[in-house]
This record gives sequence, structure tokens and C-alpha cells, in this order.
Amino acid sequence: MTRAFNWLLPHPFLTLLLAIVWTLLQNEVSAGMVVFGIILGIIIPWSTSVWWPDTPKGFRLGKMFSYSLIVIWDIIVANIEVAWIVLTVPNAKLKPAWIVVPLELREPEAITILAGTITLTPGTVSSDLSDEGHSLLVHVLHTDDPDGVRDEIKTRYERRLKEIFS
Amino acid sequence: MIAQIIGTYVVGIALLIGSGFVIVGVIGLLKFNDSMTRLHAPTKVGTIGIGMLLLASMVHSFVLGETSLHELLIMGFLFVTAPISANFIAKVNIHRRACDTPPPPPLDDTWSTLNVPEMDREPDTAS
Repeated sequence: MTRAFNWLLPHPFLTLLLAIVWTLLQNEVSAGMVVFGIILGIIIPWSTSVWWPDTPKGFRLGKMFSYSLIVIWDIIVANIEVAWIVLTVPNAKLKPAWIVVPLELREPEAITILAGTITLTPGTVSSDLSDEGHSLLVHVLHTDDPDGVRDEIKTRYERRLKEIFS
Repeated sequence: MIAQIIGTYVVGIALLIGSGFVIVGVIGLLKFNDSMTRLHAPTKVGTIGIGMLLLASMVHSFVLGETSLHELLIMGFLFVTAPISANFIAKVNIHRRACDTPPPPPLDDTWSTLNVPEMDREPDTAS
């Protein structure tokens, strides 16, 4: 039973996502379109599963939801902070810095989400990954305390992502 | 009727906040004088600025009685693609040495962008 399920739905969350995106693209909810979206959501992951050999083992949707809410809140707060920096801090006093974040995450999906989160939060841009993937390079627009920013990324985002992908 | 008036005000406020953040992003792009700090301005426009403009569009369509949820898709696609383009621009800056060379990573040999054969390296253009 589980094998049949895995064969038909190699990526269940992708199936769900495709069905929702298809319904949203139609801009109206009708039974026919939802059914067609589900059909697409089954066919597309099934036919492309050859190129997606590794499914992340654990993925907790509920924790991902609360993580998204935290990120959205952080984006709003950081936006106001960065707007203030742009308008008030002169160029000469700006203190940009490189920050190296040692990664405990190993899954490529989790590292991608962490890097995306860091870039979406204004004031920090994730720039590069080390050649073996053990550290993330982050550029900060203006900070007095680079170590504090690194610790905040580790405790606030990485710890939660480790819980999501476990 | 009252709902329509409130909706109109909400649309107006959202448009003002959104365009305000877009203006701040443009000021940042013009003001900063280093390619890496410049990169920070568009990320701000891409999140709150566009987000508030899309929220205004969504509320407007609800006030008119037509539900429109396309904007959620636009926001989703923007949030997925914006970090990738920012990452590419940062990588180009590092590769061309247009910014300070980052400190070496503690656990591995080097950053993946700097991991190129000697003969393919760009000449030092940092000023």
C-alpha cells in the first residue's frame, strides 16, 4: 500500500502545491478545475520523479507554517529598520560586513530555504556557499555586531529549520 | 456601502505604504556607492513594496465584488525568485572582485565562487 502510494505520489506536497497553484491561476474555484489541478499534480511529479531522486525524509507542515509567519513578521520589522538606515545613515558611517554562518543543516532543501529567508529579510543577503557546503556567506548592510547577527540567524532560523526537516 | 468606503481607504493606505517603500529602495540604490550595499535596496522593494501594492490590488477587487487571488501567486513567485537573482548578482560581484574579498570559511577550503582554476580568474578590479 505504501509502495503504491510512493509510486503514484513521489512528492505529496508538490502534488498539493501544483493543485493549489493551478486553481489560483484559474482565478475561480470550480470542481472541474480542482480535479484537473489534482490530475496535473499527480502527472507532473510522477513524470519528473527521475530527476528528483532524494525526497527530504521528514517535513513538518505545521512547523513550516509557523516558521513562515515568523519570517513575514521579521521581513516587516527589518524593512522599517533598513528604510531608516537608508534615509539617515550617511555612506561614510555605513558599516557593511561579511558574515560566515557555519551550517548544521545538511539537506539541500533546508539550506535553500535558509538562504532564501536570509535574502528576503532586508539588510542581509546570502551570497555564497563554501565548496563543500558547510558554511554560508552572508553580506550585512549595516551592523555594529557581526557575531550577534550570526547568532541570531543560527538561533532564530536554522534551529527551526532543523526541527522542520527532522 | 460603509464596507466600500473602508475598503477604499485601506486600498489608499496600502498604495501609499507600498510606494513609500519603493521610493526608499530607489533612494538606496542611488545613494550607496558600493556594489554589494546596493544589492540590499532591491530586496526591500521586492518584499514589502510590491507586497503592499499587490495587497491593495487584492482588496480593491474584493471591494468591487470580484474575488481575485492572482496576487498571491505573484507574491509567491516573487518570494521564490528574488533571492536567486540577488544570489547571482552577489556571486558575480565576488567573482569579479568588485567588493572586499570575503573571509575564508572555517570548515572548508574556499567559497564556491572563488573555487576556479588560476587561469580563469578575473583580474583584480577592486578599487
